[in-house]
Amino acid sequence: MAAAGNTPLLAVDDLSLERGGRQLFQDLSFAVHPGHLLQVEGPNGAGKTSLLRIIAGLSRYGFRGRVTRRSPLLFLGHHPAVKGLLTPRENLAWHVSGEAQLSEDQISDALERVGLYGYEDVPSHTLSAGQHRRVNLARLYLSSSPLWLLDEPFTAIDKGGVVELQELLVQHVERGGAVVMTSHQALQVAYTVTRLDLLRGLLE
Amino acid sequence: MSAPGTLSFCYRLLRRQLVLAVRRPVEIGNPLLFFAMVVALFPLGLGPAPDRLADFAPGILWIIALLSNLLTSDAVFRSDFEDGSLEQLLLSPQPLFMSVLAYITAHWLITGLLLALVSPLFAVMLNLPAQGTGTLLASLLLGTAVLSLVGCIGAALTVGLKRGGMLISLLILPFYMPVLIFGSAAVQAAVRGAPAGPYLAIIGALLCLAIALAPLAIAAGLRISVDA
Repeated sequence: MAAAGNTPLLAVDDLSLERGGRQLFQDLSFAVHPGHLLQVEGPNGAGKTSLLRIIAGLSRYGFRGRVTRRSPLLFLGHHPAVKGLLTPRENLAWHVSGEAQLSEDQISDALERVGLYGYEDVPSHTLSAGQHRRVNLARLYLSSSPLWLLDEPFTAIDKGGVVELQELLVQHVERGGAVVMTSHQALQVAYTVTRLDLLRGLLE
Repeated sequence: MSAPGTLSFCYRLLRRQLVLAVRRPVEIGNPLLFFAMVVALFPLGLGPAPDRLADFAPGILWIIALLSNLLTSDAVFRSDFEDGSLEQLLLSPQPLFMSVLAYITAHWLITGLLLALVSPLFAVMLNLPAQGTGTLLASLLLGTAVLSLVGCIGAALTVGLKRGGMLISLLILPFYMPVLIFGSAAVQAAVRGAPAGPYLAIIGALLCLAIALAPLAIAAGLRISVDA
């Protein structure tokens, strides 16, 4: 999935958003190239989730500016999109995102990597909130999309899981992918993290 | 890992929806139970005279089928909206038109089809003359599909609202009227011994129109609901 060096996977130009009479962010411009690990920062209510939803294309009105997407993307939002009545295996095999036709082995492998070995075929409603998140995170191991948009991916994940997830993110950007994520925690990775503060713009 | 073809993706969605429905059998049983209860109430209200019941039977059966369809259409997208699956569906590289058709097909299979299949039994309870039964079945099979398609438009528009049930009825009941009129007219014609074909053909035409247009409206409605 190596993209040519200078075409950004995502370009955002002069993006401004106003919600309920408050200016959340103004004239935000940035580009995401292959190999970028971009962390969006800002206090609660600063518009991080709104920004990700605009970038993903879920919010299409109410903002000014332009978003150019040049690659398939994977969006993991606040809701895990995991059906309680389906088993984790079924949740992934019949996922509504329709990204890929997955084999049994690929799914077992991904579930094992997120620490759900032995839980593949129990109904998901018997799992904990953190395990629900993990079912959703297993999609990262199955995804072939170069651009990942992750909204608070570490929520409800234990310490070991956070470390593994950070390693996965670094692997992904090293392979030529790109990650845009929101998180309040500083990433503990041996990789250059670009930080975007919604109030102050790109931080060096 | 290539993206699945549209048809295999739709088949996957259909299977997912049906498995979800089968694991919560109450949702399949509710419309049928509603149908049975209301049919059982009519002889109490109208009096048990078989002749009079037979007169009203086509209309009664059609109205109840319509109402039980209305009751269930509210829930088609609700759980997917609440757990975030709907966002993922909108972001998927698959054509939303076809995905939406898969949802509707699943809804029709677990409500309309079942209602149509059990309707002959209820027709006997209401003393519908035997020559009308076949037409009742055919008109319900075609008509409930239209109802599902139209009902899902309302469901898509109101899925973001906390209490969308009442609004759905207001929005889509007017669109249910033609189906009700031609559906019950078909059965009445068959009971009289007149040809029911023209009425069924009109319902079939409505169905074709709904298949072509409703998914567009539903897709747009879902995008608006998720955006809000």
